[in-house]
Amino acid sequence: MIRRTVRYLDERSGGAPFLRKALRYVFPDHWSFLLGEVALYSFVILVLTGIYLTLFFKPSLATVAYHGDYLPLRGREMSEAYQSTVHISLNVRAGLLIRQTHHWAADVFVAAIVVHLLRIFFTGAFRKPRDLTYYVGLLMLILALLEGYLGYSLVDDLLSGMGLAIGYAVLMSIPFVGANLAQLVWNGPFPGGNDFESRMYIAHVLLLPIAIGMLIALHLTLVASRHHTQFLSRRATERKVVGMPTFPAYAPRSLGLAFAVAAVLFLMGGLIQINPIWQWGPYHVAEATNGAQPDWYLGWLIGALRLVPSFDVTVGNYTLVPNAFWGGAAFPLLVFLVLFLWPTLERRVTGDYAFHNLLDRPRDAPWRTALGVAFFTWIFIVFLAGAADRMFVLFGLSYEGQVWAFRVLVWVLPVVALLVTKRVCNELLRGEVVEVRRKLVEAEPAA
Amino acid sequence: MRWLVALVVLVLGRMRRRPRLEEPERLVPTGAPDRRAENIVLLLFGAATVCAIAVPVVYVWDAIPNQTQFLGLALGLALACISAACIVIAKRLVVTEELEEEYGLTHPDEEEAVEQLVDESGDRFTRKRLLVVAGAGAGTALGAAMLTPAASLGPVFEMSSLYKTPWRRGVRLVDEAGRVFLADEIEEGTFYTAYPEHAQREQMGAPLVVVRLKPAELRLPDARYGWAPGGILAYSKICTHAGCAIALYRKPTFAPVEPKPALVCPCHYSTFDVADGGSVLFGPAGRPLPQLPLLVDPAGQLRAAGNFSGAVGPSWWGVRRHGPRS
Repeated sequence: MIRRTVRYLDERSGGAPFLRKALRYVFPDHWSFLLGEVALYSFVILVLTGIYLTLFFKPSLATVAYHGDYLPLRGREMSEAYQSTVHISLNVRAGLLIRQTHHWAADVFVAAIVVHLLRIFFTGAFRKPRDLTYYVGLLMLILALLEGYLGYSLVDDLLSGMGLAIGYAVLMSIPFVGANLAQLVWNGPFPGGNDFESRMYIAHVLLLPIAIGMLIALHLTLVASRHHTQFLSRRATERKVVGMPTFPAYAPRSLGLAFAVAAVLFLMGGLIQINPIWQWGPYHVAEATNGAQPDWYLGWLIGALRLVPSFDVTVGNYTLVPNAFWGGAAFPLLVFLVLFLWPTLERRVTGDYAFHNLLDRPRDAPWRTALGVAFFTWIFIVFLAGAADRMFVLFGLSYEGQVWAFRVLVWVLPVVALLVTKRVCNELLRGEVVEVRRKLVEAEPAA
Repeated sequence: MRWLVALVVLVLGRMRRRPRLEEPERLVPTGAPDRRAENIVLLLFGAATVCAIAVPVVYVWDAIPNQTQFLGLALGLALACISAACIVIAKRLVVTEELEEEYGLTHPDEEEAVEQLVDESGDRFTRKRLLVVAGAGAGTALGAAMLTPAASLGPVFEMSSLYKTPWRRGVRLVDEAGRVFLADEIEEGTFYTAYPEHAQREQMGAPLVVVRLKPAELRLPDARYGWAPGGILAYSKICTHAGCAIALYRKPTFAPVEPKPALVCPCHYSTFDVADGGSVLFGPAGRPLPQLPLLVDPAGQLRAAGNFSGAVGPSWWGVRRHGPRS
């Protein structure tokens, strides 16, 4: 039976040698190598649940009056987009499960990418010959952020309208061309033309998912062609990769992870409420709610927008840089610029142009680790600052006081983190040298 | 005769079997069977089946409370059981080998061949650089040409609509239900959302926040004399920072120690001083909140006395060029 299938395929594709090689492809084993797979499987769940949602969602801003079962919204005027999402949530059987799973999967997807990125960064896995793979990964992170933002913006509930207003303002704030771009994208001043909704929709359900899918294919092809990195062990060297083969050892492990990711996402989708849009109500330009927070992965941007002190850069009556540019555009651009340039910078500074198949432990490259910790601390403090209003509600800490504290901490803590991390790395390395010496000394009398 | 045939068949059969192929060398190493692990996997598959069957059962069971939760639970547990079964199979039932493989190599010969191919193919060109420049120019122009239709997406050079608001002298202020605001019903210590009468509300120039202070507390610039009849002030409801609606009004309950009355945007907490014409007290906004001059007509109704003090909505490069237009 197996033979017949393989023969059928081989006769028609000549793929048997490839298949045989693929089955014996070697996977080095470490838990941190699974983070990328978690992102991959979340993406699969996103596509599947997303397809289901498109069968019910109406990407239209046409105004309708709500006549559904949810009493607090009865008679309210709203867009078809919002109405159909309320319908999916409250009337389509299993609709809420799929919608919430989709939302959770998006949060997990981005989280897995970010943790994966941290792993790649701190183990030096981005070095030659895998820098191209790393750039593709960064590109996917950017697209994933945009895709998530569009996803919750489509719904046209109060929260998504507020998010869109901010997105519009950030686009408007780009020097020289911002207002023009915003008019182009929104088809007129905010809230824009009715076709803006269908533009977001086609980007969310077709353009971006296909782009992400193709980048995933490229990412995996590159990973497979240069083989996986590994930590140093007795057998693993720069020349030889050591691990288990796809089949039979690795496939059931990876399949187990895939089902585990799906299980967690569907359990969360069923049991943990997320974005109950029927409670937010439809969006109107004149409405906003206090305590509104975006999905976690945009927290760093809201934090940055909130931390910047009050100023516009103006030349006469020409506004060169409106305030929203700094937090909403300059900050993320700088973060991604640093991430994209890092492999090149590190090569230039260290003069290390060699191939690296073995991973560093974070301590092995104290400067990279210290600078990386400082960099991510910087972003994390900005992220925390985005939650200052919640901390005010929860702990009664003065909001303005917190913002002033964050404005200082955002520059101080990265420096502290840098010094502490450098010291810790060096101490760990020194400890190892001492250990090795002691072993040598102990071994001496025997010799 | 029959016996003879039988004998021949037997002999031939034996002869054919003799050059019997040796068992092929194993590709996957052997391991001991593990019946307990198999039992666990069977159990997990069974549990997965039960949980999976529960999904359609819960789906059709109308009367069940918390249907979403049970659906998620059933589906999630089914997936979790299959996941666990896969992991038991991986860890206990299949052989975990350790293989070695060479890392990929580079191919200097091929690289050189590619370079040579490209170089030699261009041998016949005499003005290589000129051709490259011309080709690049044509490509750029074509790219721009293909992008041209994108300009139809929106009014990319039409900036005047950004300055437009539906307010002009005489327009009455109405509430959400379309009822006209009377000056007398505006109280201190709270805020009202107002819209222009008979105008499209879903535009940033439309909504107002209206508050009342004691006339003695006002510190408006001299140029805005008379903009706040009876201490009633109107501001654009759209934050000049990022375009959110200003939905919070901070009113000191004990003025001597508490901060000034202010309008606060809940998105990034830009805080605008209501008493002195909407200047920024705190937060990121880079310019004051536009104020709308008010008048009270003989019937006691609130009306606009003109347009805003500055362009409405989030800031852009032209925001300070000129004021709003009706």
